[in-house]
Amino acid sequence: MVYFSSPTFVAFGVRDTLNMADVLARRSCGLGHVRFEKTTSHPASIGASSMADTGVLEALLQRVEKADGGVDSLAAAAGLGVDHQVIVGAVKSLQALGDVISAELRSSKHWELTEEGTETAEQGSHEARVFSSIPAEGLPQAELMKLSFGKIGFSKAMSNNWIRVDKSHEGGPRIFRTVESIQDQVREKLLLVKRGDAAQLDEKEKNELKKRKLLAEVTVKSYWIAKGSSFSTTITKQETELTPEMIATGSWKEKKFKPYNFEAMGVAPDCGHLHPLMKVRTQFRQIFLEMGFSEMPTNNFIESSFWNFDSLFQPQQHPARDQHDTFFLSDPALAQEFPPEYLERVKKVHSEGGYGSQGYKYDWKIEEARKNILRTHTTAVSARMLYKLAQQEKFTPVKYFSIDRVFRNETLDATHLAEFHQIEGVVADYGLTLGDLMGVLHQFFTKLGITKLRFKPAYNPYTEPSMEVFSYHEGLKKWVEVGNSGVFRPEMLLPMGLPEDVSVIAWGLSLERPTMIKYGINNIRELVGHKVNLQMVYDSPICRLDS
Amino acid sequence: MPTVGVKRDFLFNALGRTYTDEEFDELCFEFGLELDEITSEKEIISREQGDSKASGASDLILYKIDVPANRYDLLCLEGLVRGLQVFKNKLEAPRYRRVSPDGGEPQRLIITKETAAVRPHAVAAVLRNITFTQERYDSFIELQEKLHQNICRKRSLVAIGTHDLDAISGPFTYTAKAPGDICFRPLNQTKEYTAIQLMSLYKTDSHLRHYLPIIEDKPVYPVIYDSNGVVLSMPPIINGDHSRISLQTKNVFIECTATDLTKAKIVLDMMVTMFSEYCAQPFTVEQAEVVYPDGKTCVYPELAYRKEKLSGEFVNRKVGIRESTDRIAQLLTRMCLLSQPTGVGDEIEVEIPPTRPDVIHACDIMEDAAIAYGFNNITRTTPLTYTVANQFPLNKLTELLRQDLAAAGFTEALNFALCSQEDIADKLGKKISETRAIHISNPKTAEFQVARTTLLPGLLKTVAANRKMPLPLKLFEISDVVLKDESKDVGARNSRRFCAIYYNKTPGFEVIHGLLDRTMQLLDVKPARGEGYHIQAADDSTFFPGRCAEIFVGGKSVGRLGVLHPDVVSRFELTMPCSALEMDVEPFLGFTAEVLLTHDVPMQETFKHQFPARSQSRPALPSRPPTTKTVFGDMSSQAGLEALDGFLADRSYMEGFTASQADAAVFDAIPSPPPRAFCHLRRWWSHIKSFQTERARLPPAKSQFVLPPAPPASDAGEDDVDLFGSDDEEESTEAARIREQRLADYAAKKSKKPALVAKSSILLDVKPWDDETDMAKLEECVRSVAMEGLLWGQAKLVPVGYGIRKLQIGCVVEDEKVGTDLLEEAITAFEEYVQSVDVAAFNKI
Repeated sequence: MVYFSSPTFVAFGVRDTLNMADVLARRSCGLGHVRFEKTTSHPASIGASSMADTGVLEALLQRVEKADGGVDSLAAAAGLGVDHQVIVGAVKSLQALGDVISAELRSSKHWELTEEGTETAEQGSHEARVFSSIPAEGLPQAELMKLSFGKIGFSKAMSNNWIRVDKSHEGGPRIFRTVESIQDQVREKLLLVKRGDAAQLDEKEKNELKKRKLLAEVTVKSYWIAKGSSFSTTITKQETELTPEMIATGSWKEKKFKPYNFEAMGVAPDCGHLHPLMKVRTQFRQIFLEMGFSEMPTNNFIESSFWNFDSLFQPQQHPARDQHDTFFLSDPALAQEFPPEYLERVKKVHSEGGYGSQGYKYDWKIEEARKNILRTHTTAVSARMLYKLAQQEKFTPVKYFSIDRVFRNETLDATHLAEFHQIEGVVADYGLTLGDLMGVLHQFFTKLGITKLRFKPAYNPYTEPSMEVFSYHEGLKKWVEVGNSGVFRPEMLLPMGLPEDVSVIAWGLSLERPTMIKYGINNIRELVGHKVNLQMVYDSPICRLDS
Repeated sequence: MPTVGVKRDFLFNALGRTYTDEEFDELCFEFGLELDEITSEKEIISREQGDSKASGASDLILYKIDVPANRYDLLCLEGLVRGLQVFKNKLEAPRYRRVSPDGGEPQRLIITKETAAVRPHAVAAVLRNITFTQERYDSFIELQEKLHQNICRKRSLVAIGTHDLDAISGPFTYTAKAPGDICFRPLNQTKEYTAIQLMSLYKTDSHLRHYLPIIEDKPVYPVIYDSNGVVLSMPPIINGDHSRISLQTKNVFIECTATDLTKAKIVLDMMVTMFSEYCAQPFTVEQAEVVYPDGKTCVYPELAYRKEKLSGEFVNRKVGIRESTDRIAQLLTRMCLLSQPTGVGDEIEVEIPPTRPDVIHACDIMEDAAIAYGFNNITRTTPLTYTVANQFPLNKLTELLRQDLAAAGFTEALNFALCSQEDIADKLGKKISETRAIHISNPKTAEFQVARTTLLPGLLKTVAANRKMPLPLKLFEISDVVLKDESKDVGARNSRRFCAIYYNKTPGFEVIHGLLDRTMQLLDVKPARGEGYHIQAADDSTFFPGRCAEIFVGGKSVGRLGVLHPDVVSRFELTMPCSALEMDVEPFLGFTAEVLLTHDVPMQETFKHQFPARSQSRPALPSRPPTTKTVFGDMSSQAGLEALDGFLADRSYMEGFTASQADAAVFDAIPSPPPRAFCHLRRWWSHIKSFQTERARLPPAKSQFVLPPAPPASDAGEDDVDLFGSDDEEESTEAARIREQRLADYAAKKSKKPALVAKSSILLDVKPWDDETDMAKLEECVRSVAMEGLLWGQAKLVPVGYGIRKLQIGCVVEDEKVGTDLLEEAITAFEEYVQSVDVAAFNKI
């Protein structure tokens, strides 16, 4: 239905009139009454006039043909005896047929009787009615006041000196005529306006009547209708849609079809939608798989401090291990089991050093390592995987990745939540270099459509060297940080049992940030969590990271 | 990452040149710093307190520079300038020296044993003839603050006190006293306070109140006195006012008290190396003696220079560059690590100064070489690592399912893994105790009390937040929930769930049911009892009575669906009927051909680590058993080989259809490659040889082909054993014993493999007929049910109402052997006691 802007009037009615009515309603505040000519006496609803048959259209066209230079829609409505709204509809319908007519929107002001004015014009002014209701013998004032027009008419008639009050009359005040006859000028003036001869009244008179709320100045919008370049007085009835019958009978060949309004939107398909963050996750998974990376089993949100921190050579006093930064568990509060020999080696490298390291030289406590937490990074899983790799009889190179949730007990704001998704890549092989890490990062980010990269030395307790990855942002015209990377420290790898000349390079970034940039979301709560804007989910495009 | 604010003009003055903001930013980037913000004092004050307050403030440009968290030597202007100047080759790194005082004894700090109860360590040093200016003084105070916030862990590990030495007189005593016994005039106060009064005074101090908890609940507080009983400080809270330093101070006594001695030494080294620059004799520090309660005396500051040797090749290999040894030494020297080639090969001797405690391993030195070389000058290379990618099977299944569930008209939601207890319990009409939820000990708000045990509340909250959207709302989520699980090392595990809801003016059970059917279709599970799936009525307080069904797949419960209880709907501030489905995803994983990675690590290490290098040849073949005797005869004899050749004529392996330890054992028994004449043997021998690297992973042997060496004492002299003469009576008793031992080991090992037997933990609700039923007898009856693979666990009586109590009893079953139906049938057989049996919880182990 929405494709048909024209004859059925519905499209017009739904789209254009509403908008216009809206605009007009707003304007009316300043300019007094402004509206399309539409009388309540003529209940031409949109529905009724939508049936506006070709009769009205053709009658209108005939008028236009006869007229010299064009006709006013108001005049046409009056002439045809239909509501102005019907003519407006007819104009819209004809406009949609091509250049049959040209229609120019005009507005004019004119004076019009109010409801009270109409009554006055029909029945006389209040004062005249008061006068005429007083018989020669007079009327008690109380009686007069009972009449609907009594009060207003009385004072007016008094000031006109048409009547008088005998207050001392027995039986209460009584009213008598003072003149024989009167001339009801108010009514006469109103009748003039009603006939459309308002121009005969001067401004003062009109304003006086306006003050009495008998007249109102109205702005009327109408169309000036003239012939169009392809003017014709006949209209062919147009078909809306192709039907099976038309195809069967071939009647479509003879029919004219209503043009589609291609400006309208189509009907939304009834479908489900994937979450934008998950769509981006899928793409990142795809990139890693394309690069030959295997997915790590990260389905363990609960981790011991041992695997989350200690195994990564992150000292026990590190600020990240604070209550302020990490969620600790009260139940189950402690991890029960660790590989005992490995645990000893980790303890030793922290407290005394070894493997070529000075260590941190502090009192390493198993109690601290046993504390269960919500993992703060997926690197805890990488640590488990690397430890398992070290348990193989023979080392084999691996490339691992994961994208999963991590948890931080941090202050929340528009871009930070207590949980987010971490993307992580790990490569372990003999003799990997810092140049190799940069090369892998270059390949990875190229797949994201980011080619301008540079690296800044940084610090991370479990990587050395550590590098922050910056990319040049064409929009912001500056370098922005896009990820973190590094080579795992020997103090982390050697206690696990990995061969000495195996290097492990790794990098990480958050999933939310690229997603927010990709989909132009400023508040992370609109993206993740129950406060998500479902309309955004419905409307988000597919995710192509490299375009 | 700590941020250091320095005045730009002072910085440029010290650096001896000016930079544009961009140039300086670039220099920082290269050196591993970050020019975080360019501002001014005025700007900061006006931003934080409003323009009116800022009117008098300085509008000198301030650089806020982010410094890596391990570089304490860059936490002040002095250190930054020194680091950058050396980096730019404009300055040689100064040499810090510890000197004795000119005539006279060094200052002494005597530690008493009472400190052991609160803060046992202390170190000290003196900066002699120092000249402060306002800038230097500010920087001096600022560095203390930065150190306190970072390495000192907000003064908990180390606290620094600096004093005007001329106002006090040594020796100093570091002791600990009851708070009531400590009384002094603290910094910036006009009268004396006891420690107790101080603690309450500072309760409201925005700065100091954070440090109070460090000693608050200790019986004694640490305090340092001079020889006249003047209080220097009450660490880690406040110094005394008497010894406060000022711009006029010439001699500064620095003490650091600590719970971590290593860090105290570092902090002291930092303070003195940074500010000895302004002493009459720059970069010299006057030593102080610290006397421990046991009489031991140590001299501080340590100012230790450590020498490390590494090879240029190591640096080149790790970084991926090819620089000469000389050049690498130059690079390191630019990072304040004075280095020179030793002349022995490509060896470089590196001297690590006291300012660089972050250098603890050769890899730290290597990184500095890379920084000096310039990270962005390193050629980006592609590693040749060849790997085949595998998806994590559970994620693979999840990805596939998500696509098709969206195609089925449902929209994906993504909710938090953390939520409130109320969300997963009260609001769903459940008790928190029955959820198996893990609990967080330090949530900042109720939103982070527990990890979710069900996806349903998240979806309901998503609907509640999107009530303005057109109906119906059809949502799903596939995510992990977290459940307590004692079989895991951490006592909890994730479980992947699929949840969907339908929210409309009508409950739409048929829609959710249809989604279940579609999901099963996608998972290739047919609608049928037994092997397929079916649903059957269930009771669940989350759902409307009579409108909940349990989903069974292959006879096992995997989840529930139904129309939500109106109370649940209203508790989530919803107004329309709603139906929902939640089920486990993991049971549908099925068989995967790929190597299944898990995050479970082996608790026992299988191999001793010798850190083999790649250059090393493959591990030597396991030492040959000292015997060539097999059931086929002696493998060093032709006859033995011939017998084996015959045996292998129609066999690929010694046992079965795959290589096993039996093959490996017999292989080892053959002393040299067999002659070509024995073609079957030869073929087998070559094949088994190819297994050498993975032989340890071959499955164990079922029977023994190789005979153990005969003990030298019992010389049976049986050289030629009959073919297949492995009958029991012919085996030596020793061989039999070993064999049995191995078989027993194997059986034991096999039985330990838990993965082979799928088990479930079931919680049953057994309801009696009335309150007069003898519950003890009922429990006895239940426990009398015995089946193979069924183990009864703990039981308790739970009140149901009207005095009736139900028996809640746990059991562990082997899925293969015991089904819930079977169990229920057996229990309901005790008709006189048992009214009904329900499965309250069913969990795969």
